[in-house]
Amino acid sequence: MAALMNNDVFVVALWAIVKVAIILGVLLGVVTYLIFAERKICGHMQARTGPNRVGPFGLLQTPLDVLKLLFKEEFIPAEANKIIFHIAPMLAVFPAIVTFSVIPMGPPPMFVVTDVNVGLLVFLAMSSLGVYALTLAGWSSNNKYALLGGLRSSAQMISYELAMGLSTIPVILRSGTLSLVGIVDSQAGTYLIPGTHIPLPSWGVFHWYLVLPFAVFLVCSFAETNRAPFDLPEAEGELVAGFHTEYSSMKWAMFFLGEYFNMIVICSIMITMFFGGWHGPFMELLGPVFGPLLGLGWFLLKLSAFLFFFIWVRWTFPRLRYDQLMGFGWKVLLPAAILNVVIAAAWLYWRAA
Amino acid sequence: MVPVLFLGFGALLVATALMVVLHRNPVTSALFLVLAFCSLAGIYLLLHAEFIGLVQIIVYAGAIMVLFLFVIMYLNLPHDVEHGTHIAVRRGIGWMVGALMLLFATLLMRRGWAPGPENAAMIGQEHGNAAAIGRELYSRFLFPFEVTSMLLLVAMVGAIVMTKARRPAGEERP
Amino acid sequence: MIPIGWTLALSAAIFCIGVVGVLVRRNALVVFMSIELMLNAANLAFVAFGQQLKSIDGQIIVFFVMTVAAAEVAVGLAIIVNVFRLRETVFVDEINLLKG
Repeated sequence: MAALMNNDVFVVALWAIVKVAIILGVLLGVVTYLIFAERKICGHMQARTGPNRVGPFGLLQTPLDVLKLLFKEEFIPAEANKIIFHIAPMLAVFPAIVTFSVIPMGPPPMFVVTDVNVGLLVFLAMSSLGVYALTLAGWSSNNKYALLGGLRSSAQMISYELAMGLSTIPVILRSGTLSLVGIVDSQAGTYLIPGTHIPLPSWGVFHWYLVLPFAVFLVCSFAETNRAPFDLPEAEGELVAGFHTEYSSMKWAMFFLGEYFNMIVICSIMITMFFGGWHGPFMELLGPVFGPLLGLGWFLLKLSAFLFFFIWVRWTFPRLRYDQLMGFGWKVLLPAAILNVVIAAAWLYWRAA
Repeated sequence: MVPVLFLGFGALLVATALMVVLHRNPVTSALFLVLAFCSLAGIYLLLHAEFIGLVQIIVYAGAIMVLFLFVIMYLNLPHDVEHGTHIAVRRGIGWMVGALMLLFATLLMRRGWAPGPENAAMIGQEHGNAAAIGRELYSRFLFPFEVTSMLLLVAMVGAIVMTKARRPAGEERP
Repeated sequence: MIPIGWTLALSAAIFCIGVVGVLVRRNALVVFMSIELMLNAANLAFVAFGQQLKSIDGQIIVFFVMTVAAAEVAVGLAIIVNVFRLRETVFVDEINLLKG
């Protein structure tokens, strides 16, 4: 036992497993109450209260919904490809959770599971793998509408992935590293707005050449998570609920969970790249133990703000039609992202010269 | 630890590659190929080529195989049915050729099949890093880089032109 | 460190499996997938040698091979789709007439 404890690899692996277990547990709890928060916020925006009957202030709504879903009967279409039908919901959840292993939620090395030196590429790789869930779900259901919905969803996701990847390049140019921990570190401290004496936190979005990339990334993140106003392929009433038409009970719940996991992951990535990650005021004042915890607190605060924004946008804007959606992605966002790369590269080169 | 992981990923790679070639249903073959690419990416990570490993997942598993799946679903292909003597004969010849090639490869490598003295200096942080690749890509390999981007443009335009639906001659373009 | 012999053996095995796939299967798409397997076997050999010789050139070549393979897949699949539209089949031994 002592020999194991001295083995570096074993200790690192053990820590990683512990952190992953904590993240998974917390994440499941967050998603449960995110669903509840969505229903409550949506209700208040529509001038009604959301669910408030089950439990105090309706807080037990989602756990009991999950329980109800567990007991529902599962239908599997007769001609469906059984193996792929079962795997597709798992594929919806798996990439999002893997991305969490590279996101720094507080000062490293305690609050990040692993600091891969190409962390941003891990995020892009996992969002590429997320397309499979939709495609395979649509195809394995042996249902025309599900297939069309699945193919539409995947085409939408791969189109917006391009603009998303390109819009992260100005961030990389500024921070000089692909590692997410490095990107957060490059946003430490404050800087004065040139020409004035006003200090701003040195977050990504407060630099002028990262504002448009942030806007592009924000729009692409709505499309990537299949959320309104880009949720035509999966909305109820359009193409009979799209790719998850034939799914019931826990498998459908997995897709639903996968969508919320994706939402949380993309908000975390946006915070890491553009909003300073876990940086915030007063962290030095609290000493070596509570300072990092305050860092985690700032991260969660920013995450909540972004999730509220996502929910707000969903219930504010009408849906985009599919051809409008694809036209917007290819003809507006992609050229904008390319232009951003050129502008940021030119500015940084001129400034360094 | 690392050799164990390599053997694991290697076994997975060989198994999934065999399933690609052997399985009757093209969709299942494509999915096994995705798994093969992911295990290959794992091997790249073990060889300290992190950038290439993740680009492998982004490009091969995440884009090329999605394209394959789209086409297979669009064509709505059934399971491959293969009966008949001539096909069995051809199949036998195919497997023999494969076995012969493997034999040749083994014989060729026998000469220099040394596990090699373990290189004392480990590959440092430099290698496999995106910065190292970028430095070379934009200086020594600039011309191939530009040519490849032209190639991608041509391929994209060509694929779109080739698969456009044909309008019957004589119809007015709106 | 992984001995170079192991990686090369793996690369040879995958290449041979790809060759078998090209020769044995009749479905044009599966043939295409086997070609991708062969390309990946070559990539693996490049990366292994790059690591052995402490040079980044191996990985740069792999980068280009991946790009060209992507372009090739796009065009190849477009061709297969067109052939399917004309001939209603993707089996390579039924597509044996240049006419049409």
